[in-house]
Amino acid sequence: MGGSDSAGRLVRPFTLTGGRTRPSRADFTLITTVTAADPQPETAARPQPEHLRILRLCAEPVAVAELAARLDLPVSVVVIMLCDLLEAGRITAHPPHPVTRTTPDLDLLQKVREGLGRL
Amino acid sequence: MAGSDTTAQASADRSAPDTVKILIAGGFGVGKTTMVGSVSEIAPLRTEEPLTMAGLDVDDLDGVEEKRATTVAMDFGRITVSDDLVLYLFGTPGQQRFWFMWNDLALGALGAVVLVDVRRPKSSFAAIDFFERRNIPFVIAVNGFHGEHPYPVEDIRESLTLPESVPVLLCDARERESSRDVLIALIDRLIAQAAPAG
Ligand SMILES: Nc1nc2c(ncn2[C@@H]2O[C@H](COP(=O)(O)OP(=O)(O)OP(=O)(O)O)[C@@H](O)[C@H]2O)c(=O)[nH]1
Ligand SMILES: [Mg+2]
Repeated sequence: MGGSDSAGRLVRPFTLTGGRTRPSRADFTLITTVTAADPQPETAARPQPEHLRILRLCAEPVAVAELAARLDLPVSVVVIMLCDLLEAGRITAHPPHPVTRTTPDLDLLQKVREGLGRL
Repeated sequence: MAGSDTTAQASADRSAPDTVKILIAGGFGVGKTTMVGSVSEIAPLRTEEPLTMAGLDVDDLDGVEEKRATTVAMDFGRITVSDDLVLYLFGTPGQQRFWFMWNDLALGALGAVVLVDVRRPKSSFAAIDFFERRNIPFVIAVNGFHGEHPYPVEDIRESLTLPESVPVLLCDARERESSRDVLIALIDRLIAQAAPAG
């Protein structure tokens, strides 16, 4: 019993995860770093080929934008696959350093300053 | 005992660096990609986003292949600042019709470099306006094509009606040291703004 395509799309994520909210695209900015979980979770479902490619590329931490460039895929497409991988426990995501205008992080800025000075 | 979940989290946190970004902006063809390339530790990478998807917010990948014709390209580079901190530089798409991308790019950025072509400074006027309106800190880097700087900084500042508070530097986007100095000027401005007065 399929129902219409669009209805299926709306319902599917929630049935798949037993009502939990899915990881969302907002979890992945261009400079979020992702890392393959080691060891990989033992599940019956084998990762798809594209997913395996991603897992190989993020054996070491890699930023989402770099991943997309190396896969030669649009960021928006890669992010959708990363959502699946995060949900399956196959990757971890490390968010960017938060930047706020109201409380600038002086230590962070000094660190960047010193790093640039060494170039 | 949460088992494998916590293990994975711990190992990721041990090795994943913190990341920050700076935008390299400016009008069409002012040398943004050149600057990203000259300071980046890797050859600049590029991602292309199909335009039809850029504004889409549903998980709808149907027909991606057919719609890939129109894309907006974005290049970026990387500077490893320390063991646990990596700086990314994003060259913003220059053509004005792609500027809707800038909002996303600007989110969470430390600040921006607005490159100005010394021969046609007004082409970067809209970029300056963009960062001013959003209160995003920036510096102006005047790219002297062929390394030539025929006009003094003050003339350029005046023609762009920039306040004294905005640093204006002369640069050669092809030169690593020159591009690095522009980034340092931006960080120095951020530090000056962050440090308590005195
Ligand atoms: N002679 C000289 N050429 C430069 C300099 N900077 C950039 N160029 C050249 O100018 C052209 C445009 O530079 P890009 O770095 O591609 O400019 P861009 O701002 O990325 O351009 P768009 O992304 O198309 O807006 C290229 O052919 C560069 O090689 C410079 O300082 N001197
Ligand atoms: Mg470019």
